[in-house]
Amino acid sequence: MAEKTIIKGGSFLIEDHSPQDVFTPEEFTEEQKMIGKTTEDFAKNKVLPVLEEIEEHNFDHTVKLLGEAGELGLLGADVPEQYGGLGLDKISSSLITERFAIARSFALSHGAHVGIGTLPIVFFGNDEQKKKYLPSLASGEKFAAYALTEAGSGSDALGAKTVAKLSDDGKHYILNGTKQWITNSAFADVFVVYAKVDGDKFTGFIVEKDFPGVSTGAEEKKMGIKGSSTRTLILEDAQVPVENVLYEIGKGHQIAFNILNIGRYKLGVGTLGSSKRVIEVSAKYANERKQFNTPISKFPLIQEKLATMAAKTYALESAIYRTGGFFEQGLSHLDNAEGAAAAKAIAEYAVECSITKVLGSEVLDFVADQGVQIHGGYGFMQEYEVENMYRDARINRIFEGTNEINRLLIPGTLLRKAMKGELPVMEKLGGLQEELMMMMPSLSDEEPALLEKEAELIENAKKIFLMGTGLAVEKYGMKLDKQQEILHDAADIATEIFAMESALLRTKKAIEKDGEEKSKAKAELTTAYVYEAFPRIEQRAKRILAAMEEGDTLRTQLSILKKLTRYDLINEIELKRNIAKRIIEEERYVV
Amino acid sequence: MNILVCLKQTFDTEERIAIEDGQISEEGVEFVVNPYDEYAVEEAIRLRDEHGGEVTVITIGPERAEQALRTAMAMGADKGIIVDDEDLESPDENSIAKILASVIGDLEYDIILGGYMAVDDGSAQVGPRLAELLEIPHIATITKLTIDGDRVEVEKDVEGDIEYIESKLPILVTAQQGLNEPRYPSLPGIMKAKKKPLERMDIDDLDIDEDELEGRTETLETYLPPAKEAGKILEGDLDVQAKELVKLLRSEAKVI
Repeated sequence: MAEKTIIKGGSFLIEDHSPQDVFTPEEFTEEQKMIGKTTEDFAKNKVLPVLEEIEEHNFDHTVKLLGEAGELGLLGADVPEQYGGLGLDKISSSLITERFAIARSFALSHGAHVGIGTLPIVFFGNDEQKKKYLPSLASGEKFAAYALTEAGSGSDALGAKTVAKLSDDGKHYILNGTKQWITNSAFADVFVVYAKVDGDKFTGFIVEKDFPGVSTGAEEKKMGIKGSSTRTLILEDAQVPVENVLYEIGKGHQIAFNILNIGRYKLGVGTLGSSKRVIEVSAKYANERKQFNTPISKFPLIQEKLATMAAKTYALESAIYRTGGFFEQGLSHLDNAEGAAAAKAIAEYAVECSITKVLGSEVLDFVADQGVQIHGGYGFMQEYEVENMYRDARINRIFEGTNEINRLLIPGTLLRKAMKGELPVMEKLGGLQEELMMMMPSLSDEEPALLEKEAELIENAKKIFLMGTGLAVEKYGMKLDKQQEILHDAADIATEIFAMESALLRTKKAIEKDGEEKSKAKAELTTAYVYEAFPRIEQRAKRILAAMEEGDTLRTQLSILKKLTRYDLINEIELKRNIAKRIIEEERYVV
Repeated sequence: MNILVCLKQTFDTEERIAIEDGQISEEGVEFVVNPYDEYAVEEAIRLRDEHGGEVTVITIGPERAEQALRTAMAMGADKGIIVDDEDLESPDENSIAKILASVIGDLEYDIILGGYMAVDDGSAQVGPRLAELLEIPHIATITKLTIDGDRVEVEKDVEGDIEYIESKLPILVTAQQGLNEPRYPSLPGIMKAKKKPLERMDIDDLDIDEDELEGRTETLETYLPPAKEAGKILEGDLDVQAKELVKLLRSEAKVI
């Protein structure tokens, strides 16, 4: 992989990626699989038995279990070896996040600690700070939390009211303000806190809970993820030594935005693990539950649900590990894969990070919802795991930047990259209109090769994306950011393209290695996803065009769209029955 | 103390068994260290940590079985030996015990551990057969092990009761559930495991007559147990129920 040029973030929309460009779960090494198994065994056998108590805010379990996770090395994957971690590759660290997800709210405590809690110090701490804090965070002797949100500033992070002022003796910054909804706050030893120095310079600080003036509020009562600790962090003349300034004064936004990128990706990874779990418990239930003397898994409507859940999960899984592969590739070119340079390498894939966040949280919401439906009335009862997963799922569309904010970011970031000349979007746009006018739909009587049609649809989807955004840029110019509905629809199209293409390339890679026969399940899941996603793209594109154009111009644009969206239908009902058969037989998500 | 552990890679206990062309299908199956052998590995690591020495894990199987050794090494075993079973035709417990005896014959050891049975074919024979071939004592289904000098004390599970037995090194013991709680391979352990020494052998490398390795048993047919059907609850007076039960046992279950 090292010899190839690095794939640029966002380039999937304007270029064709090949199967060789993507990392797929079929390529996990034996070590990575073992790491995944250790995580899963730990979550299943150690955490799940006490999860109910954790959900009642018995955080002694959480602290003890996180300590045990630290002994197993499950807290040190992203911490460099020289600071007491393992410095593992991003695929291994993703696998840990994915497999931990079955531990639901506990997985969130784990994720907040190793992710947004520890990573700011890994990426932006100086040597002294890393030496001081990272070894005990990696070993599980101490725990970290991240304090960005305030009552009045969520997505508008820079609107924070918390202030920092240098003490008269110049030894401390005095912090005042209240941070809200801080995960792990009941037991965290170290908080990464953002405050404005002198009221305007947004800056990160490492704040220990024992510093004078630091306290936490009462536990919040939440809709879901009840086992994670969520409190306010109260800073009343909190004394933070000057050496605890993280990175540079006035550059807190760089830390915050970079950490958000990783946080979004990791959130997506977690939703993948949760989606797989919902499929597993739902398939088991469908086999056990009998109505009319028949296991309900024999009913096609239940099968259809399981098949759609699996197809969406397959696309998500492919998108997640493709993105993980990008990180790995980006980081492998760095001599020293840490610090701000590493954060920058990850920021290159900000578009993909937002996509995995939006895609993952919405796939999981769908999957959890269908999971409850398969369980019927029992799915509404708290003693069933799926009820819990349904409530827990909801937060994913909200935190780490709402899905609305992330949707705006997807085309926004792409256009910024285009303006800076990092992505040749404008070059692609020139000539596109003409090409589209001339284009004749390829209609052939020949039986298409496996996945040939799907590849064509994805290619057309990319043209639709460029056509729509091209027209929008032309029409609104710099004021495009006011057209949130259009940006939203463009983001949906981009997200679907990434999901469809990730599934397709993964399946093609598997076929190259194992042949068509052994990759049948993957091919079916890909087809099911593409044929389900494509109509959504068409609908979004129509909405964009109808909002921007009218009369003859609109008719012309719609006729082009029609050419791009003409395809032969397939028998989706039969396809989904086939997919469901495997899931029901194995009682879990299998490819 | 030189500690040997014999282990087998088996189907994950959560796998569903499918039969294709009269054979158990391995398509898409996840493999694990036989759970009873995991107790043996854990016990071996604890013995080494207490008494010093080395833990060597030994398996016989196809290439994929290496992964079982790597797992044991990730738990803490020091080195591994894998004997490729490709050349073997229908091996059974007799064959496996003889191969193990041949491999172990060249090694120095104080104690040999293994699971008391493998969860796949469940014969529970290899341990005792191996001890016989090596002419050392053996105790099966142990739930506690203490070693002091060359004195060995064990607690042995006998269908729910406990037998206390004393013996001497060298010895072979097989593990029952309850002996310990096997650790999870830690991440540093996993990273170290791939660098630990692993010796690969073929049957040809062993000083053993291949005719002796032929299975002495023959598998005639492999089939799944019949699907469990819903039970029947009889109703009415006890007399009526008893009569009905006898009738059903005769006509339906055909057992009397």
